[in-house]
Amino acid sequence: MPLVPEIDFGTPASRSEKMVTLTIDGNEITVPEGTSIMRASMEAGIQVPKLCATDMVDAFGSCRLCLVEIDGRNGTPASCTTPVAPGITVHTQTSRLKDIRKGVMELYISDHPLDCLTCAANGDCELQDMAGAVGLRDVRYGYEGDNHVKARNNGDINAKWMPKDESNPYFTYDPAKCIVCSRCVRACEEVQGTFALTIEGRGFDSRVSPGMHEDFLSSECVSCGACVQACPTATLTEKSVISIGQPEHSVVTTCAYCGVGCSFKAEMRGEELVRMVPWKDGQANRGHSCVKGRFAYGYSTHKERILNPMIREKVSDPWREVSWEEALAHTASEFRRIQYQYGRESIGGITSSRCTNEETYLVQKLIRSGFGNNNVDTCARVCHSPTGYGLGATFGTSAGTQNFDSVEQTDVVIVIGANPTDGHPVFASRLKKRLRQGAKLIVIDPRRTDMVSSPHIKASHHLPLRPGTNVAIVTALAHVIVTEGLFDEKFIRERCDWSEFEDWAGFVAEERHSPEAIETLTGVPAEEVRGAARLFATGGNGAIYYGLGVTEHSQGSTTVIGIANLAMATGNIGRPGVGVNPLRGQNNVQGSCDMGSFPHELPGYRHVSDDATRDIFEKLWGVKISNEPGLRIPNMLDAAVDGSFKGIYIQGEDILQSDPDTKHVSAGLAAMECVVVQDLFLNETANYAHVFLPGSTFLEKDGTFTNAERRINRVRKVMTPRNGYADWEVTQNLANAMGLNWTYTHPSEVMDEIAATTPSFAMVSYEYLEKMGSVQWPCNEKAPLGSPIMHVNGFVRGKGKFIRTEYVATDEKTGPRFPLLLTTGRILSQYNVGAQTRRTDNVVWHEEDRLEIHPHDAELRGVRDGDWVKLQSRAGDTTLRALITDRVAPGVVYTTFHHPTTQANVITTDFSDWATNCPEYKVTAVQISPSNGPSQWQVDYDEQARQSRRIAGKLEAAE
Amino acid sequence: MSLDNTNGKLVRMANQIATFFKSQPEAERVPGIATHINKFWEPRMRKAFFELIEQGDAGFDPLVIAASAIIKRPGSPAKPSEASEHIDQTMLEAGFSD
Repeated sequence: MPLVPEIDFGTPASRSEKMVTLTIDGNEITVPEGTSIMRASMEAGIQVPKLCATDMVDAFGSCRLCLVEIDGRNGTPASCTTPVAPGITVHTQTSRLKDIRKGVMELYISDHPLDCLTCAANGDCELQDMAGAVGLRDVRYGYEGDNHVKARNNGDINAKWMPKDESNPYFTYDPAKCIVCSRCVRACEEVQGTFALTIEGRGFDSRVSPGMHEDFLSSECVSCGACVQACPTATLTEKSVISIGQPEHSVVTTCAYCGVGCSFKAEMRGEELVRMVPWKDGQANRGHSCVKGRFAYGYSTHKERILNPMIREKVSDPWREVSWEEALAHTASEFRRIQYQYGRESIGGITSSRCTNEETYLVQKLIRSGFGNNNVDTCARVCHSPTGYGLGATFGTSAGTQNFDSVEQTDVVIVIGANPTDGHPVFASRLKKRLRQGAKLIVIDPRRTDMVSSPHIKASHHLPLRPGTNVAIVTALAHVIVTEGLFDEKFIRERCDWSEFEDWAGFVAEERHSPEAIETLTGVPAEEVRGAARLFATGGNGAIYYGLGVTEHSQGSTTVIGIANLAMATGNIGRPGVGVNPLRGQNNVQGSCDMGSFPHELPGYRHVSDDATRDIFEKLWGVKISNEPGLRIPNMLDAAVDGSFKGIYIQGEDILQSDPDTKHVSAGLAAMECVVVQDLFLNETANYAHVFLPGSTFLEKDGTFTNAERRINRVRKVMTPRNGYADWEVTQNLANAMGLNWTYTHPSEVMDEIAATTPSFAMVSYEYLEKMGSVQWPCNEKAPLGSPIMHVNGFVRGKGKFIRTEYVATDEKTGPRFPLLLTTGRILSQYNVGAQTRRTDNVVWHEEDRLEIHPHDAELRGVRDGDWVKLQSRAGDTTLRALITDRVAPGVVYTTFHHPTTQANVITTDFSDWATNCPEYKVTAVQISPSNGPSQWQVDYDEQARQSRRIAGKLEAAE
Repeated sequence: MSLDNTNGKLVRMANQIATFFKSQPEAERVPGIATHINKFWEPRMRKAFFELIEQGDAGFDPLVIAASAIIKRPGSPAKPSEASEHIDQTMLEAGFSD
């Protein structure tokens, strides 16, 4: 198995449809107008020597190595900055060019260390390659005199020399090896959009500098790795390559972090992962990455990973390591005992949005066919279940309407309740690129996120609404669009039900929905709302991107409906550049929903009461499937507390940390007789588990993930599962222990079963994915290439449906006891409950959750930056340290939920979305007060967690 | 109304659903609530729901009480309410994700 080949064409592809034919070294070649001569040459198979050019960034023309001669033109133009022209004849290798190139290389090498044998880039160094390509044999200038290479010149300190910067945990910057090609600087600007790097000084003093001559860690650098990828030398190198060496083979796979679903090459040496490099042909990420996918994979070999199955009688007992056979037999007999004792409906399970489609499918199959009920749910319950409901009701399907490429054709973007630079960073980079090209931005968020204002990005409108008033704002936007006549009548008449539109238009046009009428409610100046509505309705292609700030409210589903209404009213559905785009949280949360993880739906979003659908599965599985909906996660916990739900199989999910109202979750878990947790680590939920089944990482199994754009991407196994089995095998073994006789030998067979039973997946197979790279569902006879854009010629449900959206204030209200509103979110370096990222060096960026407080609120309470504060709601209290910032408005506080010691969910309440029970994470009435340290609850929790993690015969876990 | 127990939550959830449908066109209100509960509430939740309805003073919204007439009693033959052409019916169509 070799390295996956990637050709560097030197400059980006031209989008022109006009073709130009020219001759390069006797080869006639036809390329789009605007293509560089360098790229055209590469397409003809001729590699012009180059150093400062790479196709991830625009041509720069600084290295003077890629010169060519063109018949009839003077001089030696740089092939990277010279576009093709019809009929020209180009020569890439002449004696004049040879001399110039050799001279240039001689200068480069005269100021470069000659430690190639021991250099980390040995085998992967473009400078070395070019020295070879131009036939450099001698450096006439010698290596003495002014240089950046040696710490000392003849015993004196060399002021031009700078030591290696090793501050970033994942890569080093060695200025001595830098050739100042500025590829890193341009990658940071053009690809990532952070502008953290610059070239300081002039002439021979020029250096790459993070920020204002800072080290990488102290600079604005977000550690996305684009600069490291762009660097042609060892100047920027992954620390893993320095310690291990160059990889010998690579495998394309899919990142297991957020819902963007970036494609990566896992570069390997044997079974050791050397590095993850974003794959240029990845259709979600187009060769870009963020700090999590690129670098934060160390958890897979972390010492706290549990590799052996364990059981215990009581949760107060220490764990006892057992064989797989014993663990599975014990689980199966416990589940059967509970069902015998308490009824068939007394057990259930939770599928994992971090596991593959195939694994998720098998867990719901185990529950439906083995447990004999529909008590299956997934973490989408607590994130995007309102998306399913709202988009299903209005459009007829519950998924995002676009592919990520669509953003390249967008003119106006609304980002509502999402913080893409932190939550979906690779998409954010693509969005920022479009914004720098001139697209306009409207941000609706209580907090001033980085999207509102960052280098070369400024939102035209920021509507900093009070948490909980999304519906009011969205309806007010619609009010302006309708009353000012800005709706797209032609689109609505063609695609939607006109009488429903009229009903809705009459509703939103009522004066009580005007921006002026809701101003006191939302706190957003009416003029800003009007401006935003006019811009969105009239600014060209309008796209809406939203996240959990929309869904995790008691009116989450209503806001999703409101967003869909806005898109339909402005005709922004069914073509590139527009659409409604839920930014999905976890890597496979789309897939887990597609695979029938909800208690009311079989795979493909078909209700369990539908006889025809049940019949398909009943025939295949040879069992009767219940036609009644099962329990959702919060209902399972309620039923557990009430004594009718006694056992649960939880694959790859940490409900105790991630779900709201921790005390209620723990009470529910504590009331069960058999809690089975399958995970990489003893997570928080495992504190209440009786059986622990060790899980496997995405590097250790085959499968597929489906990202936020409905793209089905392959996950490929690059190493043997350290725990012995991939997660799908564990589920199969459990199913067989319960007597189900499953015989899958590879996940591809599971996908074949999915395709055979689920119309939207009909043409999906591993063979087809191998051929296509990836496809977006629906992928069937009607759409054999998949569906990048949905609702192209009409809505899935037929006519788009406008639905009234009445604002209803949440019951979670501020008052004298709890005068502030807490809202929650994420940070770039950490992921979800942090079980993975906290076990990587990403902790250098975020080692604890902090509470953001406006200076005004802080001063009133005598809280200073960094102080411990007690955060209290009617559900509970916790303590964390304050961060004073005007990113939040007065009256609003904000925190992340990545660390179990903070337990932000002790604070959140059990209020939930009216339609889906998605918890209202984003609004909690709280009070804060100065504190000396952890609350009694935190102390008790820590002690309970420590006790429950004991493993018999082993030293206590060090955590 | 107590929120601290499952019954209190059920009443709250039902009333929340009613609150949404209250703003919808009148013909959709009662069937909308019934269809929603039929589609998403597990039988033991509906069983508790009917016990509360019969108890009489649980604090249900009048629309919920009206909808209870067409909410399926657990154990009765399958099929969510077909009393309406309500929006939720879309989601019942087989293969609607196509």
